[in-house]
Amino acid sequence: MVTLTEERRPVATGPGRRRREVARGQSWLAAAMLSPTLVVLALVVFYPLVAALRESFYTSGETLDADGFVVEGERFSGLANYAGVVSERFLNAAFNTTLFTVVTVLLEVVLGVAMALVMNRAFRGRAVLRASILIPWAVPTAVSGLMWKWIFQADGVANTLLGTEILWTAEGVYAKLAVIVADTWKTAPFVGLLVLAGLQIIPREVYEAARVDGASPRQTFWRITLPLVKPALLVAVLFRLMDALRIFDLPYVLIGPRKHSVETLSGLIWDEATRVHYGPASAYGTALFVYIALIAFVFVKLLGADLLSDVRAREKETADAA
Amino acid sequence: MLRRTGMIGIALYCLVPFYWMVVSSFRRTADIYDKSPIPAPWSLESYQAVFEEGVGFGQSLGNSLIVAGVTTAVTLLIGTMAAYALARLTFRFKNLILALIIAVSMFPGALLIVPLLKLFTAIGWINTYQAMIAPSMSFALPLTVWNLTTFFRQLPYELEQAAMIDGCTPFAAFRRVMLPLAAPGIFTTAILAFIATWNEFIIAVTMINDPGRQTATVRIAQFTGAAKFDTPFGTQMAAGVLVTIPLVLLVLFFQRRIVTGLTAGALK
Repeated sequence: MVTLTEERRPVATGPGRRRREVARGQSWLAAAMLSPTLVVLALVVFYPLVAALRESFYTSGETLDADGFVVEGERFSGLANYAGVVSERFLNAAFNTTLFTVVTVLLEVVLGVAMALVMNRAFRGRAVLRASILIPWAVPTAVSGLMWKWIFQADGVANTLLGTEILWTAEGVYAKLAVIVADTWKTAPFVGLLVLAGLQIIPREVYEAARVDGASPRQTFWRITLPLVKPALLVAVLFRLMDALRIFDLPYVLIGPRKHSVETLSGLIWDEATRVHYGPASAYGTALFVYIALIAFVFVKLLGADLLSDVRAREKETADAA
Repeated sequence: MLRRTGMIGIALYCLVPFYWMVVSSFRRTADIYDKSPIPAPWSLESYQAVFEEGVGFGQSLGNSLIVAGVTTAVTLLIGTMAAYALARLTFRFKNLILALIIAVSMFPGALLIVPLLKLFTAIGWINTYQAMIAPSMSFALPLTVWNLTTFFRQLPYELEQAAMIDGCTPFAAFRRVMLPLAAPGIFTTAILAFIATWNEFIIAVTMINDPGRQTATVRIAQFTGAAKFDTPFGTQMAAGVLVTIPLVLLVLFFQRRIVTGLTAGALK
């Protein structure tokens, strides 16, 4: 008995201690391997974030104090910079941003799902199709802005084809429409690509079973395809929402900077920053950040329950496999 | 029949606007407003105009190449290590760091430029390459880490174990065994990061006001014609084609990998 326990003890504790040592070694290695990335992100993301928050409560430049003396440098100004959040210009920019986001993401989802369904069925010519679907994604946004500006010229090809004489790239509703068309063109194929990837992991047997049970194509789409592709679709929509909320270059190039009818929140922040109005720019930037975070939070909360459970399930799978 | 119509529809949707840009770039300035689907006569006038002296387009292409190239290289160098650690090593706060890196990629660039513009003005970085490269890492680095993390996870664990049994330290196992195996994933990520940085606009338009340092995407948006209010559409289209061609070639050559990379980053 005594010899047994004495023999057992080293065997029992050995692997445990070694595992702990390995874990400690891995922690050190992990810290070493992660630190460059974390340092860079701290410098280019967290520092600006904190600095912008601080800046948003300060006024810079020359101001007059109560006795009429000129005060230079930065002064704490409380929420004064945030007062601009209720200004007409900010509300307009917020409205434009929201409008572009809602309309383009809706259009992209409909077009993207349709494209994915067609591509999922296509056998011949799939490579060509996939190459062409990547073209809008590859064209730089600034270039696509120029391209659509040319198409939407007063005597451009859009007006010729439509038989209209609309001034698309001047101010107004048509400018908004031009931005929406250009943005949808560029990003709907990307959504299509992500949805297609989601479609391809649906097992064929599910469709065979549905066919045996006599489901109509419409029923198959609403009851099988859409629920099963939902996780992929939600990820695509979340990505697109985040991107659409910070849209800047397309309206800038297509219509122009400081254009009331297409100015977005990013455009407004850029304008204030380049005019050295750092305080208001930071306040607006913080507002945009909060807006984006809020949308992401609500989106994940409302729709993402199965999105997260899906991610967790997969993580568990990989952990189990390991 | 319906399927074929759909396929043709998608191809037309994606290609026609781009085709119109290409066709317009081959028209003469005199018949730039022509609506014929094929230019008659073909002309390289616009392309010559792009490379005329004073336009500075060649220089801006070089600037784009430097900014996108250096950003991609630095990002890969440090991002690969971070991704490996997140995918294969066990340590505390792993999920927190992973979540943080994803969240970072959602930051609005407009918020970052305000303090960075102020900082770069103070330290004299305005009109330098590093003023574009450093902020570009704010989106290139999360993209790289996220993509490569999913890629490393797919590789079998036995490989490192075998290497370590053979006497490799964990870092040596990473460098000698995992890194070569991950080469295809790293390559794909490099393409994605390069394309993302090449297309970057808001940082470049904010930090640079010297035309000699502008990147191509900013430069062509600011082309002006002979008269001040005259937009030189032919020249812009030609420049647009030239800026896009490297990307289209990359996409056509590596489309399978790019699609895998794009969907892996989002779905796995």
